[in-house]
Amino acid sequence: MNLTFSSNLKQFRDSFLWHSFKNDKVAIVSVVVFLTFACTAILAPVISPYDPYDLVILDIMDSEIPPVWSEEGEERFLLGTDSQGRDMLSAIFYGMRTSLLIGLCAVILQATLGIIFGLLAGYVGGKVDSFLMRVADIQLSFSTMMVAIIMLAIFQASFGTERYNDLAIFMLIMVIGIAEWPQYARTVRASVLAEQEKEYIDAARVLGFSSIRIMFRHILPNTLSPVLVISTVQVANAIMSEAALSFLGLGMPVTQPSLGSLISSGFEFIFSGSWWITVIPGVVLIVLVLVINLLGDWLRDVLNPKLYKG
Amino acid sequence: MSLLQVKDLEVSFKLRTGELHAIRGISFDLNKGERIGIVGESGAGKSVAAFSILNLISQPGYISGGSISYKDHTLSTMSDAELATIRGNQIAMIFQDPMMTLNPVLTIGTQMIETLQAHQKMDKKTAEKEALHRLKQVHIPSPEKRLKQYPHELSGGMKQRVIIAIALLNNPDIIIADEPTTALDVTIQAEIMELLLELCKNNGVSLILITHDLGVVAQTTEKVIVMYAGKIIEQGSTRDIIDNPNHPYTQGLIKALPQKAAPGEMLNQIPGNMPQLDAIPTGCAFNPRCEHTTELCIKTEPELIAKDNRAVSCNLYSERLKHDK
Repeated sequence: MNLTFSSNLKQFRDSFLWHSFKNDKVAIVSVVVFLTFACTAILAPVISPYDPYDLVILDIMDSEIPPVWSEEGEERFLLGTDSQGRDMLSAIFYGMRTSLLIGLCAVILQATLGIIFGLLAGYVGGKVDSFLMRVADIQLSFSTMMVAIIMLAIFQASFGTERYNDLAIFMLIMVIGIAEWPQYARTVRASVLAEQEKEYIDAARVLGFSSIRIMFRHILPNTLSPVLVISTVQVANAIMSEAALSFLGLGMPVTQPSLGSLISSGFEFIFSGSWWITVIPGVVLIVLVLVINLLGDWLRDVLNPKLYKG
Repeated sequence: MSLLQVKDLEVSFKLRTGELHAIRGISFDLNKGERIGIVGESGAGKSVAAFSILNLISQPGYISGGSISYKDHTLSTMSDAELATIRGNQIAMIFQDPMMTLNPVLTIGTQMIETLQAHQKMDKKTAEKEALHRLKQVHIPSPEKRLKQYPHELSGGMKQRVIIAIALLNNPDIIIADEPTTALDVTIQAEIMELLLELCKNNGVSLILITHDLGVVAQTTEKVIVMYAGKIIEQGSTRDIIDNPNHPYTQGLIKALPQKAAPGEMLNQIPGNMPQLDAIPTGCAFNPRCEHTTELCIKTEPELIAKDNRAVSCNLYSERLKHDK
């Protein structure tokens, strides 16, 4: 067992992926930043100085304390506090956790739906293909934001605010996930059409494999590199969508803030001088989205055989 | 009763401009352990014939007439699910280009084990052993290592060996080889053909070899079918046809072999091209290129006339037969 692991490790270290990663400073910085963010998000409950969800420890007297480096800053609150006296640092850690969770889950949902429909459309072809792709076209002709806003508004109205706040995270994942599946379906379908012409698919049919097996085990792995590339971009997009929806008040409730709701909750105070409530989570969001996009860019260069310079 | 029976097979392609008849009624039998070659120019319908045996012609092509029976199954009318039990299990196929036939993202071992498990109840350990055994049979150096390798790590000849090993995995009755050596180096071609022949003989497997190389056919097969524009024009034992071809087209093919020309001399060739499937001339399809064309050839289509284990479809030949009587 140990032996196969070390041989796998060696194989990885000899690979083009590792080689190109080592020589790309942007990629290294992006991965380091992203991993730091991800670790902070996962470990938020352990490393945060305060629990931002615990309303009992909030003291209104602590409200709107600026970050520690300004004159009125206090050492207790590194990045200051918001209008309720909540520690911004802890709130950002927890907010990043929520944002990343929503981004990743929404992309998993998008990818699952998109891959299944794309494979079906490309492999079965004919009427199934036309039907699925027209559905995708119709869905793409609505803007994601519009669909999301309408759906979330309906959910909020029908569940009532109280219950909606409990379900908000699932609703956001669902809405963002469902709204963007055509991106995947189109890409997968295009790759399937290209792969299907290759002889190994005929060979698989000659060997008597079932259609499901050919689709998922033989075609799917060969279409994964574009899927991987869109996935990174889509995670960034999903995080942005979530932030935008939260900013509009349709996303995460103020009691369980994501980065977007933090930005929005500080917005009212920005002109009264409390800039940090909005700007700091904003910078975190921008950096997070930027590193994910840079990673996606690097991945696209590496996985595109036409750009292969090895 | 022969193992595989193809009877009056017709294959058409439904196109927007109308129907194209790629195969216009061919019949042949294949017995157990027999090796049969199908030769012809590109576009004669060799590969379509091979694909239709496994009912694998993709849209818009379909079998428009005739039947194909294997043992007591009629392959031409079976559903895909039923066919899956025969494909790769009792009838296997080897393709032209070994570079394209293996899935690039799965290891050789995975692909072999998967093939075994698709048709037989077998745990992974036994399947791996069986795969290793087959790789040894096709004389691959260090087979244990190959199981863990990906297709791109093997050379072309080695890939074709792996493909032959995969074809043999489930002990098939018939192997259909569609130009198995076209994409390979000349030296490797001979090795691969020898290997294929040896394995077919040792395992009692019937072989349908599709090729345009008459030399390969002469060395490996017992019977040969010559196709032209979707029809069989001559058929019989390989020796007879190579030594004494009756159809002007077969004669032309044999004359065109490079060995027949002296050094410095131009190679012989058959003038012109195979007709497009939507513009097959009336009468004998070969008449525009034939040096013996008569009035009769332009008007009437010759029939395949069988005599002494041979069959020829040529007006001149039937005239001659009539004359002899």
